[in-house]
This record gives sequence, structure tokens and C-alpha cells, in this order.
Amino acid sequence: MNTAVVTGIGVTAPTGLGTDAYWAATTAGSTAIRPVDRFDAGSYPARLAGVITDFDERALLPGRLIPQTDRITQFALVATQWALTDAGLDPSAHSDFDLGVVTAASAGGFEYGQRELQKLYTEGPQAVSAYMSFSWFYAVNTGQLSIRHGLRGPAAAVVTDGAGGLDALGHARRQIRQGTPAVLSGGMESAMCPMGLVSQLPGGELSTVDDPARAYRPFADDATGYVPGEGGAILLVEDAAAARRRGAPRIHGEIAGYASTFDARPGSGREPGLARAAALALDDADVLPDDVDVVFADAAGTLAGDQVEAQVLAKLFGPRGVPVTAPKTGTGRLNSGAGALDVVTALLAIRDGVIPPTVNVERVGRRYEIDLVLGEARRTPVRTALVLARGKGGFNAAVVVRAAT
Amino acid sequence: MTLTRRVAITGIGVVAPGGIGTRAFWDRILAGRTATRRVTFFDPAPFRSQVAAECDFDPAEHGLTPQQIRRMDRAAQFAVVCTRESLADAGLTATDLVPERTAVTIGSAVGCTIKLEAEYLVLSDGGRQWTVDHRYAVPHLYDYYVPSSLAAEVAWEVGAEGPVSLVSDGCTAGIDALGYARELILDGSADVVVAGATEAPIAPITVACFDAIRATTNNNDDPEHALRPYDRSRNGFVLGEGAAVLILEELGHARRRGAKVYAEIAGFATRANAYHMTGLKADGRELAEAVRVALDQSRLAPERIGWVSSHGTATKQNDKHETAALKRSLGAHAYATPVSSIKSMIGHSLGAIGAIETAACALAIDTGAIPPTANLHDQDPELDLDYVPLSARERRVDVALNIGSGFGGFQSAMVLARPEAVAA
Amino acid sequence: MFTIEDLTRVMRECAGEDDGVSLDGDIATVPFDDLGYDSLALLETASRIEREYGVPLPDGVLADVRTPADFVRLVNEQSAVAA
Repeated sequence: MNTAVVTGIGVTAPTGLGTDAYWAATTAGSTAIRPVDRFDAGSYPARLAGVITDFDERALLPGRLIPQTDRITQFALVATQWALTDAGLDPSAHSDFDLGVVTAASAGGFEYGQRELQKLYTEGPQAVSAYMSFSWFYAVNTGQLSIRHGLRGPAAAVVTDGAGGLDALGHARRQIRQGTPAVLSGGMESAMCPMGLVSQLPGGELSTVDDPARAYRPFADDATGYVPGEGGAILLVEDAAAARRRGAPRIHGEIAGYASTFDARPGSGREPGLARAAALALDDADVLPDDVDVVFADAAGTLAGDQVEAQVLAKLFGPRGVPVTAPKTGTGRLNSGAGALDVVTALLAIRDGVIPPTVNVERVGRRYEIDLVLGEARRTPVRTALVLARGKGGFNAAVVVRAAT
Repeated sequence: MTLTRRVAITGIGVVAPGGIGTRAFWDRILAGRTATRRVTFFDPAPFRSQVAAECDFDPAEHGLTPQQIRRMDRAAQFAVVCTRESLADAGLTATDLVPERTAVTIGSAVGCTIKLEAEYLVLSDGGRQWTVDHRYAVPHLYDYYVPSSLAAEVAWEVGAEGPVSLVSDGCTAGIDALGYARELILDGSADVVVAGATEAPIAPITVACFDAIRATTNNNDDPEHALRPYDRSRNGFVLGEGAAVLILEELGHARRRGAKVYAEIAGFATRANAYHMTGLKADGRELAEAVRVALDQSRLAPERIGWVSSHGTATKQNDKHETAALKRSLGAHAYATPVSSIKSMIGHSLGAIGAIETAACALAIDTGAIPPTANLHDQDPELDLDYVPLSARERRVDVALNIGSGFGGFQSAMVLARPEAVAA
Repeated sequence: MFTIEDLTRVMRECAGEDDGVSLDGDIATVPFDDLGYDSLALLETASRIEREYGVPLPDGVLADVRTPADFVRLVNEQSAVAA
């Protein structure tokens, strides 16, 4: 069976544009959570976000793409360029049917959509842009990446809320196993508009704490919810043999295992879907819990969500049985971008033997029997990482990332 | 993928314009009766295209509770109603399913558009406020913000605990969700997949953006005959809504419990044209490749195909594109194969239509009938295949091919066959 | 009179402008394809001109527009017809 490996990485994250900038900030325990300034959030109970600043789309992209793209697509296009450069892959040098693309989305091009809705209702139907026919919908990134780079292999767009970034990678791996040599994958999110923030308020899971250092603190005794963030990552996933044949400059690591589950109905007393997803992914990778060097947690940041995850981890690995970390505390929860960025972080942890810290949490809550990496990055060899992600409604996904052999 | 696992369709549920329920849907399209009409959901006068294919659907009538109706966007309501019909049709109840071995894949291109737009209208006070007023936010707003909720509603309905996802590949989402479901069964991730697609996009924002690119017909004076695939006078599609959910089961699993098998999904492939977000090239190369690969998987030759359910959106470019793709992939057999567009009758429901068309393929195989292309009176001489004008045909169909194209460049093909017809 | 400058201003605003292509030079007879503007860009531009200048540009009139000069001529023709 074909082995799926990652040969290229591109990151657009609040803590850094580009892999190196992102990793330096992440290992240093930086945070990019700040008051939203893209719009006036002053009247909202939740006012913080992990924001990408200094993204100069006019410098990074062709001018004619700007009017037709939401931020999520601008991020994806730039991250893809970086991933392809990192991978040393020129799509035009390969058969176009051999290159696929699958991305995850959650809200799609939401800011673009809010603007067009406003035009519709204040100026009339004729004011709605021709580009609105595709600029906001969930498949937009898959489509635009496919066009820009001539990718004519299997294409897909997956929506599973916060689990999407991992599900897209799982989908890419499936395509590789079915014979497509290379698949661009990942997730990007950016609903940095009033409608985007407000859509998350009624759920009651957004933190309403005003202090950026105290708002999003997963696994703390007094966790208050999450902070949203924008960005994500694009990864080039390839069949290992094909990558070697074309002389890929580097193999970051292997997507060794993947599983996806859905929670049982609340109150059913059945095992959390996250437990099964983790166990199935490990099984799929032929890895025992003892072999895992670090877990990148989903880190819901709510008391209920943290409780479930901590219990799953304690049961699977034993109390404090494995280092656990959530660098997303520095970026906010990136929804469909999270899983992709966490897999990138896992690959870098493997490369450098460094587990980046969880930020803004001084002490793990007493009820949680997990070894959360706090304060400073931990230097320790990392060969195998488990990455977890959950989506609202009951979606669970798990990926096992392993060092290249 | 294990070659010994095969994928059967054992249950069907449909919500379509002109026919709620599989029987009503199938009877209507075999009768060649269109369900396109002047838009009634809002005043269409300010818009260029004023026709749509709307479902006469009362959620309470179909068993949804007041809380479900309040919570769910119309697209979710369609999906749950179809799920109930398909499960009953398959002779299954939720308790018959093994939760961990049951998956859900639902397709949708534009998610919860109706609810999102309605909520936006209130929150922004008619568009006046960019900084929308959060105090008017409804409890389930997040469900509309991220449409994976459509798949979650179906999963809750059947108690699925295997992989659950929303597949959002534009206008091929309906075919692709079923294709992905097939892959889950073939690779052993699931034994039963509740798979299909839903779309309820008939709202001002959707009409406005299709108006902007002139993709929809402005044949407003003749709503019943507005969608005219392959006709010389064709000028775009009619926006539609609807859903279809199918129960997919591993074939051995189905046979062991004595389930009725409509058809087998014998092949599926998807490619991208990487050309333009909304445009199609005239040569149909990538769609042809998807067809070729799907046929390859099924190990059935082009001449075995008894019916092609086409994309047939009646835009100038689409009908040319797919005719070229069919000739390219089926060769001379393209001329001997009936090709029809059921969109001519039920409109183009974007992400849902691919699943509705796949249901039609299964029904064609099961009942031995081929639906017509309605409104086809003056065939475009550039398009020279047999598009089954106006009247259905009673004909044994062993193999059916469903093709589709979508914004973003998606090109998909699915082969359905009578299990006995597929090479062992 | 609707001019090339009017056209390029509208195009820049609604369809953007690539670095490698300047709309400032003598582009009157350069095909839109070569300038990097597709059918959507033209539709969008037409829609904006209709609203800003009140010139009706009904379905189909864009079919033969290949260059900026064609577009400018079309707008002035349609403007005269509407008057």
C-alpha cells in the first residue's frame, strides 16, 4: 500500500507567515491573540481573535485575483506557493491528472459573503458581484488552487468544522493509496467579520474574557472558552515512492495513520468518539500508545470539552502518560485550519526534537491527569505524534504523524 | 482496497420539485412533467431570472417536530426526511445499524443559505449595520455558519458513529458524496453509509449571483419550459432545490439480510478541469477522463451503458462540453446511448442534483425506464446525440452513467449497474 | 462620452490589475485575453458601468467585445440608443 508523506509545507498563521517564522514564534511560546481590529467588536461580549497581521496580499498575489478572493483564498494561494516551493515541485513538469487537491473549509469566504449580502440589501441585486458565484462557497480554495497550478487529479472540499483540517489530510492519503501520486491538502479559515464572530456567540463556547493572556486556557481549572483565529496550512502530500523518484528535496514525515468518528447522541453513555478516533488512528499506523512521543490536543478550552479530551488521553496513555500540548493557544482555534497547522507543527517537532509549549496556562487543572507542556518548549526526541481535532456537533478526527524512514 | 467488497444501493429517499418521495419523483419525471415555475419564495421582480424549481414541502407534514423545524435550515429538513424514507425503504431502523460501522456522507454546495441570509437580514437590520447586532442572534446560528451540521443532523437521525462528513464539491457534491461513501465501504471503514446530498438555495443572494454571471435562464415568460437542455434556444439553468439520500451497503451485508438491491455503484471518479471557476472548455477532456476511469473500475465497456444521466444544465457551454466529453470517452457508442437531463424537469439543485440523478439511475435500472429531456423541440444541430426528447422510454437498463460538472472545475462520473452485469 | 480612461478605472476597481500588465499604456486594441481579463471580469465591469453611468448593457451585447476599444464603442453606442 502506498505510503503518504509530506514533502512541502506552507503556513499562514497569526503567529507567523511562512514556516520558519511560525515555528520560531511557536517554540518561543508567542501569542498573537489580541483585540479584533479588523472591525469594531467593541459591543460584543467576545472581542479577541488570533489575527494575521502584515499580510500584504497586493505584494504576494496577482492584482486580478484580489477582487475575486476572500482572505481564506488569499491565504491558501500564498501558502500553496510556499508549499510547492518547499517541495521543489513544479506542477507543469508532471502529468496534470497526477496532481490532486483536497481542502477543508468551515465558514468559507464569509467576510466576502457578508459584504455581498450587504450590497444586495442596500444597493439591490445588480450590485452583487459576478465573483460571488464562487468566492465564498466551501469549495473555493480547492477550485482556485486547482486552477492556479493546473491540478487536474481528484479534487474535493470537506466540511467537518474543526475536524476538517485532519479530514482533508485523511482524504488526501486515501487518494494517494488509490493511485494519485501527489495531493495538495490543508485547511484555511478566516471569518474575521462581524457576522463571523457573532455566529459563534450563541453557542456559548467563546471566551468572553477580555485579557488576551487569560481568555483561551484549555485544561486550566477555570477555563472560560476559546478564542477564534484565522489562517491554517497547506501541505503537499505525496506517495513516498513517487517523491523519491522525482528527487523531492525533503520528506518532512509520514501521515502514518488516520481515523474519523462521530459522537454518540449525548446522554447515551457510550464512549466518546474521540477515544475511538485516537485508538483507530494508532491502530491504522500500527503504533502502540507507548510509541507516541507527543499529543497535539484539540484543546476545546471549555470545561466540558477539556474534560472529555483529558479523560480520553488519560485512559489511552495512562495518567500523565504522554506529553500533551496545544500551541493553538497562541493562535486561537483556527477551525478548518487547525488540524492542518497542528500536523505541520508535529512535523517540525519531529524534525527538531522540540515540543512547543501551551501558552497562557500556568497550571493544569487538578482534575486533568495530563502532562501538559507549559512555559517553555521541551527538548526531547520526537518520532511519533498524535494529532486530535474535533468539530461542533460531534466530529472527531485523529492523525498519526511519524518521522520519515 | 479489497476487490471482494462491493457497494449496493438498498434504499432511496427523495425530496424533489413536483414530487416529495421517491415514487412521486420518479412518476413525475417519467411523465416528462416539469416542475419549474415563477419563484414564490420571495418577490422575484427585481431579479433577472425569476423562475425556480421549488419543492412544495411542509416539514410538519413529513414528521419533523416543532423543535427540529425551528432548529434546522430547509436543507437539513430535506436531508432528514429523505434519510427516513431511505432507511425505511431499505427495511432498516436505526437499531439495526452498528453505530461504529455506520458512516454518513452528505453533499451540499452552498449549505444553509436560506437561514444564513434570513439571520443576516435581522442581525444587520436590513443590511444597514456592518457591525451586526448580536443580541438578535438565534440559538443555532452556528449550525448555519458551518454546514457540517447538515451531515450531523443525518448522523443523529440514524445514530451513526463512523466517519461523518459534509462533502462540498460544488455542483458535483451529490455524486461525490456517494463516491466517497463507496470508498468508505470498499476500504472497510464502514459497512453501511447513509449517503446523499441536499440543497435549498432559492434565496435572493443565490439568485443575484447567478444573475450576475448570466448562468440562469431569463425565460421568465414561460416558466414551465424555461430549462431547455440541448435545444437551440437554451439560455441557462433554472435554480432548483431538493435532496436525495441513499442507503449504501456492502453487497454481501445486503444479501445476507435479504435486502432489495436497486443497483451497484460499480465505478466512480472525479477530476478537475483547472480552467476557470465557472467556465468550461469545449473539449471536455477532464470529464472524459473521469468517465474513462469510472468505467475502468466497473470493468464495463461503453457499449453496455443503457442510459446517461447528463449534467444538462442548458447553458450554451455545458451542453457542448459534456457532449464532447461523452464522445471522447464513449467513442462511437456515444451516438447509440440515450442521454437525458432530468434537470429539464426538476431544475438544477446545485450540490444536491448529483445525488438525485444517481437515485434516478438506480431507479432506471430497477424499473426499466429512461426519463426524457423535457422542453427539447429544436435540437441544436451542433449537438448530435440521442437526448431522449420529451418522452420517457421503457427499456431494460443494466448500466447507467451519471456525469456532472461543478463550479470550481469539478468533473465527476459514476457508473451504476445491475450486480449481475458487473464482471465478478 | 465614455472614454478608455473611464473603462480602465472601472476595470481596475472591479477586476483588479496584474503587475505585469499596465492599463495605462496604449491598450485600446489589446485583446482582453492578453490583458488577463476573462468573461467574468467583463460581466462585472459591464454591471458596474450600467449602474454608475446608467447605460443599459443587455444580455448578448458583450459577445463581440474583444478589446477595450470595442467596449468603449459599445458603451457609447448603447448610451446613444438609451438617450
